[in-house]
Amino acid sequence: MQFPGRRKKLIGSSQNDLYDHCLQFYGQPPLENISLTEFETFAVERLKLLKTVENLGVSCVKNSEQYTKKLDAEISRISEYEKRRKDHISHFILRLAYCQTEDLRRWFIQQEMDLFRYRFNDLHSKHKTDFLHKNNLKYETVSAEEKKSLQDKLIASSYGLSGTKVEEHDVYKVPFQDALDLVRTRKVYLLAGNAYIPHHEIVTIVLNDFRTRLSKALAMTARSLPAVQSDERLQPLLSHLSHAYVGQDYSIQKNIGKISLEQIDALSGKSFPLCMRHLHKALRENHHLRHGGRMQYGLFLKGIGLSLEQALQFWRSEFVKGKVDADKFDKAYAYSVRHMFGKEGKRTDYTPYSCMKVILSNPPSQGDYHGCPFRHSDPELLKQKLQNYKVSPSGTNQILELVKGMHYQLACQKYFELTHNVEDAGFSLNHPNQYFTESQKLLSGGRDIKKEVDMSQRSQENPASVTRPSQANSKQIFLDEIQELSDPS
Amino acid sequence: MMPTSDYDPACLPDLLPLYYRRLFPFSQYYRWLSYGGVSKNYFQNREFSFTLKDDIYVRYQSFTTQNELEKEMQKMVPYKIDIGAVYSHRPSQHNAVKSGTFQALEKELVFDIDMTDYDDVRRCCSAADICSKCWTLMTIAIRILDRALREDFGFHHLLWVYSGRRGVHCWVCDDAARKLSVAARSAVAEYLSLIKGGEETVRKVVLSDPIHPFINHSLSVVERYFCQYAIVEQDILGSKESVDKVLALLPEDILSFPVVLSQYHIKKGGQYFDKEIMLQYCYPRLDVNVSKGVNHLLKSPFSIHPKTGRISVPIDLKELNTFDPFEVPTISLICEELERPRADEAEDDDVKDKENEQEAGERHYKRTSLAKYVKVFDRFLEAMARSRKGEMLQKSDLQKDF
Repeated sequence: MQFPGRRKKLIGSSQNDLYDHCLQFYGQPPLENISLTEFETFAVERLKLLKTVENLGVSCVKNSEQYTKKLDAEISRISEYEKRRKDHISHFILRLAYCQTEDLRRWFIQQEMDLFRYRFNDLHSKHKTDFLHKNNLKYETVSAEEKKSLQDKLIASSYGLSGTKVEEHDVYKVPFQDALDLVRTRKVYLLAGNAYIPHHEIVTIVLNDFRTRLSKALAMTARSLPAVQSDERLQPLLSHLSHAYVGQDYSIQKNIGKISLEQIDALSGKSFPLCMRHLHKALRENHHLRHGGRMQYGLFLKGIGLSLEQALQFWRSEFVKGKVDADKFDKAYAYSVRHMFGKEGKRTDYTPYSCMKVILSNPPSQGDYHGCPFRHSDPELLKQKLQNYKVSPSGTNQILELVKGMHYQLACQKYFELTHNVEDAGFSLNHPNQYFTESQKLLSGGRDIKKEVDMSQRSQENPASVTRPSQANSKQIFLDEIQELSDPS
Repeated sequence: MMPTSDYDPACLPDLLPLYYRRLFPFSQYYRWLSYGGVSKNYFQNREFSFTLKDDIYVRYQSFTTQNELEKEMQKMVPYKIDIGAVYSHRPSQHNAVKSGTFQALEKELVFDIDMTDYDDVRRCCSAADICSKCWTLMTIAIRILDRALREDFGFHHLLWVYSGRRGVHCWVCDDAARKLSVAARSAVAEYLSLIKGGEETVRKVVLSDPIHPFINHSLSVVERYFCQYAIVEQDILGSKESVDKVLALLPEDILSFPVVLSQYHIKKGGQYFDKEIMLQYCYPRLDVNVSKGVNHLLKSPFSIHPKTGRISVPIDLKELNTFDPFEVPTISLICEELERPRADEAEDDDVKDKENEQEAGERHYKRTSLAKYVKVFDRFLEAMARSRKGEMLQKSDLQKDF
C-alpha cells in the first residue's frame, strides 16, 4: 500500500518489533503489499467489529461486565501476530472510507475510541505502563505534599479513590482541556484549570490523546484521498464501505407529497414513534416548539414525505394559533424550515435524526419536548403516558423494565409491538422514520412471510468466519456482504 | 412588571442615531475586541450581526478599523447587535473564499442565563417578566459560575453583562478560553450543569455520594440565599399548590414512614433531599447550546434591548448585591441626560468646551448614567492589558530579551 507523501521506513524492524504490543496508536501506516482480497476482507471485518461496538454501546452500559464479555466473544481467535497485523491494516483502510464527511468521521472516531478503551482497560497494569512509555506519553505527576493537602477533595471527586490509593499511587495533573470526558461528567477534581487524574483513570486521558490524533489524521487523509480514489479497483469499494455504517438514513425523500396535512393527527397516534407523538401533541397544545423540538420533529416529517410547501404550511398554521403572527413566522421561523430542507445557508440537506442521535445528543431541558421519552422522561411520567395511550399494565411493565436496563430502542420496539398488536416487530429499531415506515407497512397489508424465514436463516450463519473466495468472484461476494451490513432487516 | 414608562419603542428611530453618534463607547469597544493587537487581524476577522428596522437581519458584518465600525453603525443604525466568532477570513468577504476554508477560529466562552428557564420554580413572575424577588436567582447564578470559572477552570477575565431584559451573560475573555474547541466548551458547560430534564422530569437534581467539591461550593452559595429567597420572597411553603410541588421532589415512601426517618436516611443513603430541593429551586440553569458553538452569536454589551430600551451594561461584581436591573439606564434616559446641562457644568464651561471640541463624540457618555458602567468596562480592560503585559515580560525574560 502506498500513501502519498508518507514514506518512513522502519529501520531494523523484524516481525517481532513491528507488532510487539497488542495495542497501538496507529501512528504509522502499514508499508507492506497486500492482495485485493485481503484489502476487502480486512476492511469488512473491521467494519463489522466497529458496528458491533456501536450496537453494544447502545444496548449495554459501556465497560460493564456484560459489555466486556460480549465484546470478547466477538473478537476471533487467530495468532496474536496476525491479529495485530490485521488490526493495523484494517484501521488504515477504513480511514480512507471514513475521512470524507464530518458525520462519517465522527462515527468512525467514536467507535474506534470505544474499541480502544475496551482494549486498553483489558491490559495488565504493567502493559498499560509499557504502552504509555512506548508512545512517549508523559503526564505531570502531583507532588506528595500537594496530594496530601488535596486528599479529601480528590477522594470526593474521583470514583473508587481512597486515602491509601492517593498516597500510594501517582496522581497526574493535566490541563482540563486534555481530560474533557472526565470534566464533562464531573468525575475529576479541577483546580486553576488543571484536572487531577488518579492513576486508574489514566485511560480517559489516553483516549483524549487518541481522539485528537485520529481526528487530525483523518483530516489529512481526506486531503490525500483524490489520489487513492483514482485507483479504480478501490473506488467502488470505498464508497460502499462508507455507506454501510449508517444504513438507511432517510435523507433521500421518497413518497413526497403522499401524506396530506389532515392525516398527520391520525398518523401520530397510529404510526409515529412515541417521541414524535409526544412532540406533535406538544405542538398542537402549545402552538409552539423550541429549536430542539422543531429540528427533531421537522426533519422526521420531511423523512415521512412532507414537501417544503406542506411543511411551511403546517408550521405556520400551528404557530399562528399561538403568539406568533404570520409576519413574524415568515421572518423568524420560515427560514429555519427552509434550512432544514437544504434551501438556505450551507444548503446541506439535513437528515432526519436516528435513534442514536436522539438518545445521545442534546438532552432536553426546561421547556423542551424533544429527546427520547424512554431515555429522557421520568419513569413515573412515562408510565402515566403509556397508560393514557391505552397500553396494557403488563406491557407497560415490560417497557419500564427495558428502560431500567437502558435498552431504550428495545423499549420503543416493545411499544411498537404493543400498539400494533404483534408479537415480534420484525425489525431492529434504530430510526424514528423506520418506525413509521414499518408501521405503515404493517397497517397496509403486512410483510412477506417468506422473506422473514429467509432472514432468520441468514442471521444464524456464523458472522466471524469469512471464506476466501477465488479471485474471480471476490468482488461480487464482497459487495453482497456490504449490502448485508447496511440492511440488517 | 418592569416599569418602562419613560421608554417607548416607537422612539428608537430617533434615539438610536443619537446613541451611536454620541454615547456608544466605541474606543473601549474596539480596545476590547482587538485584545492588544497580539493576533493579526483579530478585529478585522470578527463577525458582527445586525438586526435593522423591520426585523431585517444581516450577518457576516466585519470592519477593518474602529472608524469604519463607527461609520457603519451610524449609517445602518442597528436595533440589535450580536457578536460572533473571529474567522479565518474577513466575514464580509466570506463568499469570495473557497468553500470549506472559511472557518470560525476563536471566540470568547460565553454563558447565557435566562429567567424563563426558571419558570417552573418561581412564583412571582413568568416568561419575560422579572422582579426584585426573582432577581436573586441571577445573583446566585453569577456567584456560583464566577467562582467555578475562576477557581476550578483557572479563568481570570470574566465580563458579566445584564442582557437588558430578563437575564445575564458572561463573556470569558482569557486567551485560553477564546481558543477552546467545541468539545471543550460543551464539557465546561456540562460540568457546570446540575439541573437535568425538561417538562417530563419532576426531580431535576439527583445527588449521590460522594459529593463533588464543585457541588459543595455551589451549595454553600445557595444556602446563603435560600431562606431569604425561597421561603420569604418566593414563599414556596405559602400555598398548598407550591408545598405540593416541593413534596413532589421527595420519594414517595419517605412520607409514610416519618418515625423511622433517621433509619431511612442510613438505609437509602438519601440524606441529600434537602440539598436537592435547594438546588432545584436556585441553582443556575444554563443553555448548553449557547456555550457550545464557536460560531454562536450573542447579544453585544452596550447594545440596546428594543423591547425595554435598557442598555446591556457590564455588572460590577463588587456591587453585585445591590445591582438592580430596574436602575439600569434606558436609551431614552441617557439621551435625555445628554441634552440636559448638568448642575456642575456652569463652573467648568471653558474646560468642557475645549474638551468637547477636541474629542467630539468620545466622552459624551460621561455626562450620563452610562458613565459608571463604562468605568466597570474600563477596569475590566485594564486588567486584561496588565495581564498581557505580564505575559510578554515573562516571555521576553525567558528569551533573555531585556
